[in-house]
Amino acid sequence: MRILIKNGHIVDPANKIDEVLDILVEAGKISKVAKNIKAGADEIIEAVGKIVMPGLIDMHVHLREPGREDKENIFSGTKAALKGGVTSVLAMPNTIPAIDSVENVELLQSIIKKSAQSNVFIAAAITKERAGKEIVPIKQMKERGVLAITDDGSSVDDEVILFEAFKKAKALDIPVICHSEDKKLSNGGVINLGFISTKLGLRGISKESEFRRIERDIELADKAAAQVHIAHVSCKESVEIIRKAKKKGIRVTAETAPHYFSLTDEAVIGYDTNMKMNPPLRSVEDKEAIKAGLKDGTIDVIASDHAPHTENEKDIEFERAEFGVVGLETELAVAITELIENKILDWTGLVEKFSLNPAKVLNLDRGCLSVGQSADIVIVLPNEEWVVCKADLISKSKNSSFLGRKLKGQVDVTILGGKIVYQRMAV
Amino acid sequence: MTWTRKDLLGLEELTQEEIELILSTAESFKEVSSREIKKVPALRGKTVVNLFYEPSTRTRVSFEVAAKRLSADVINIATETSSVRKGETLIDTGKNIQALKADIIVMRHNYSGAAHMLARHLDISVVNAGDGWHEHPTQALLDIFTLKEKLGKIKGLKITIVGDIAHSRVARSNIWGLIKLGAKVTVCAPKILIPVGIENMGAEVSHNIDEAIKNADALNVLRMQFERDEGAAFPKQMEYFRNFGITQERLEKANKDIVIMHPGPINRGIEMSSDVADGKNSVILEQVTNGIAVRMAVLFLVSQGRDRIGSKR
Repeated sequence: MRILIKNGHIVDPANKIDEVLDILVEAGKISKVAKNIKAGADEIIEAVGKIVMPGLIDMHVHLREPGREDKENIFSGTKAALKGGVTSVLAMPNTIPAIDSVENVELLQSIIKKSAQSNVFIAAAITKERAGKEIVPIKQMKERGVLAITDDGSSVDDEVILFEAFKKAKALDIPVICHSEDKKLSNGGVINLGFISTKLGLRGISKESEFRRIERDIELADKAAAQVHIAHVSCKESVEIIRKAKKKGIRVTAETAPHYFSLTDEAVIGYDTNMKMNPPLRSVEDKEAIKAGLKDGTIDVIASDHAPHTENEKDIEFERAEFGVVGLETELAVAITELIENKILDWTGLVEKFSLNPAKVLNLDRGCLSVGQSADIVIVLPNEEWVVCKADLISKSKNSSFLGRKLKGQVDVTILGGKIVYQRMAV
Repeated sequence: MTWTRKDLLGLEELTQEEIELILSTAESFKEVSSREIKKVPALRGKTVVNLFYEPSTRTRVSFEVAAKRLSADVINIATETSSVRKGETLIDTGKNIQALKADIIVMRHNYSGAAHMLARHLDISVVNAGDGWHEHPTQALLDIFTLKEKLGKIKGLKITIVGDIAHSRVARSNIWGLIKLGAKVTVCAPKILIPVGIENMGAEVSHNIDEAIKNADALNVLRMQFERDEGAAFPKQMEYFRNFGITQERLEKANKDIVIMHPGPINRGIEMSSDVADGKNSVILEQVTNGIAVRMAVLFLVSQGRDRIGSKR
C-alpha cells in the first residue's frame, strides 16, 4: 500500500520542515519527503491548503479499561483518539485493577492487542493500588514495555517513598509523571478557590495545593537526578516554579491540558459539571500564565487528560459529580483556536507540544516525519470551523467542556502505520 | 412590572425591580395573616411540595403556613441525603414529583447549585429554600422586608452582617439583595470565616465588631455552626462570643435604634446574649411573621410566572 500526500503544508520540527512538500508512504513507513514526488500510489491525497503533521502523541489519557468499560474502553477511546488526530496515547494506570503489577501490565497488553485502534503505550502506577505505600516492580514492568510511572489521580504523599521511587526510576531511566496535589490543602474542594467559589458557595481548591506539591516533587526528583514530568499544570505559580527549575538545569518537563489555556473558573457559573476537573479551571491570570509558559517553552507538552465519565456520574449535584472531562476529539482544535489563532504558538510550536516533545519525554522514537519512521500522520484543515456537539462525539462519554463551542481547525485524515484510519465526512 | 420567572433560585440573578415586586407583593399578603380567617384562594387547587434534604423546621413550617394561607395543598418530603446517595437521583425525584402534577417544589438541599440543577430539568416551579453555602433567597427577602418595615427604606442604609460568612447562604443572599437595593453592606467575622473575594460581591470586610457596629443601621447576626468545626483555626465558642458576640454592652456604643436581626435558631450566649435577643432593638420574631408574607408572595409570583411562560409556548 502506497499513499502519496500531495502539496500539503508539512510541519515537522524534528526535521526543521515547515513548507509545502509531498510525502510518500510505503509499507507503513515514510519513504520520501520532497517536492513534487512522482510515484504511483494506491491512494493520492490532495492536501493543498492543509497542514500535514506527525500524529499526536497524547501522553495523558484515561481509557478506563479494565474496570470501567461503562465510561470508555480501549476500542472506543482509541477510536476517539484517531478522530482527534491522536495516533498514540499513553494510558493512565488508574484502572480497576490499577496497572501496578506485571500481571496487570500483561492483562492490559492483551486487551490492547485485541481492541486498540491507535498505538497505546502504558504508564504503570508508582505504588501498589496507587496507595502511596509500596513501590511497584518498576524494572520488570519496564522490561514489558511500560514507558513511565505515575500514580495519576493521586500524589505520593510520603516523601521517603517518592524519593525511593525517583531513585529507582533514575537507575532504570524511566520518567516519573507527577500528579502534584497536596490533598490536605485541596481540602475536599471542587473548584478553584476564589471569588467564583465564594459566589457559588462551593468549597475551593487553593493553588497552593498544586504548586507547593510541584515544588516538592521537583526538589525530590532533582536530588535523585531522576526525570520528572509534571502533569496537568493549571496555575501561574506552578509555571513559575517549573520555569525556575528548568533554568537551574533540573530535568523537569511539564504538561498542560487544553481547558487550562482556554477556560477559567467563570465557566463554572451555572454549576456545569462539565467544567469540573482536577486541578480545577483557574483565573484569567492563570490562564494567561499557562499560555506564556507554552510560548516560552516552560510547558513542553499539551495532553488532553481525557477523563470520560458517564452521564449518571456527571448529571448530578455539582459537588457529587466526578472530576474530569473528555478531550481526545477536541484538543487539537482547541489548541488551534486558542494558540495558533492568537499567535501564542506557530504550527511548528504546536507540533512540538503535541507530538515531538511527548515523544522526547517518553523516549519514544516517534513524533516526526523522518524517512523510515512509522507513518503516523495527521492532515488538518486549519480553517475549518465546527461546533462541538454531543451527538458527534464518538467517545463513550460525552463530558466535554467544549459542548456548543465553535472551534477552528479540524482533522481531515489520520494515518496510522501507513493506513488511513480516519477520514472526515465531508459536510 | 410583571414577574416572568417560573423559579426563585437566588437573589443574584434578580433585578432591583424584581426584588421590589416581591416586597410589594409581600406587603399586600401580610394582612392576610392578621385576618380572622387567614386564607386567600390565590393558589387554590395548586400543590406545593416541600422537598427537604436537610433538617429544617422553621423554613419548612414557614413555607407550609405560607402555602396553606394561599389555599394550596402542601406535601412535605423530608429525606436524608445519605439514603438519597444510594437511591434515586435528585433529577429523578424531581421528575416524579412533576409527574404527580405538583406545581411548585420548595427545596432545601445541602449541595450548592442543587436548586439550579433541578429547575433546569423541570417545567414546574422550583423555589430555593437554601442550597449549600450558596443562597437562601427567601430568608434574605424577609430580612430586607423587615428592615424596610422598620426603617422605611433600604437605599442608603448601613447593614452589618456578622458571623460565619464563609459557610452562609443567608449572608450571600443578603449581600446580593441589599446591594441591589442601594444599601451599604459590611461583613464582619474572624478572618477564617470570611470567604475569598467576598468584596467583589460589593460588601466591605471588617474583623472588628465594635467598628462594624458603630455606624450601622442594622445588624444581621448569623447562627454560628460550631458543629462544622473545620480545624484548629476555627474559633472556639467562648472566644467567638468574647470577640464577636453581640451584647448589650457592645450596643451601648451603637446607634440607639439599631435593628437587630437573626435568621434563627439563636445560640443564646454564643452569637448574641439573651438580653439582646429579647431586647427592644430585636426584630427576630417579626422576621418570622414577615417570613410568611414573603413566602406567600414568592409562591404566588412563581406560580404566575410559570403560567406566563406556559401561555407563551
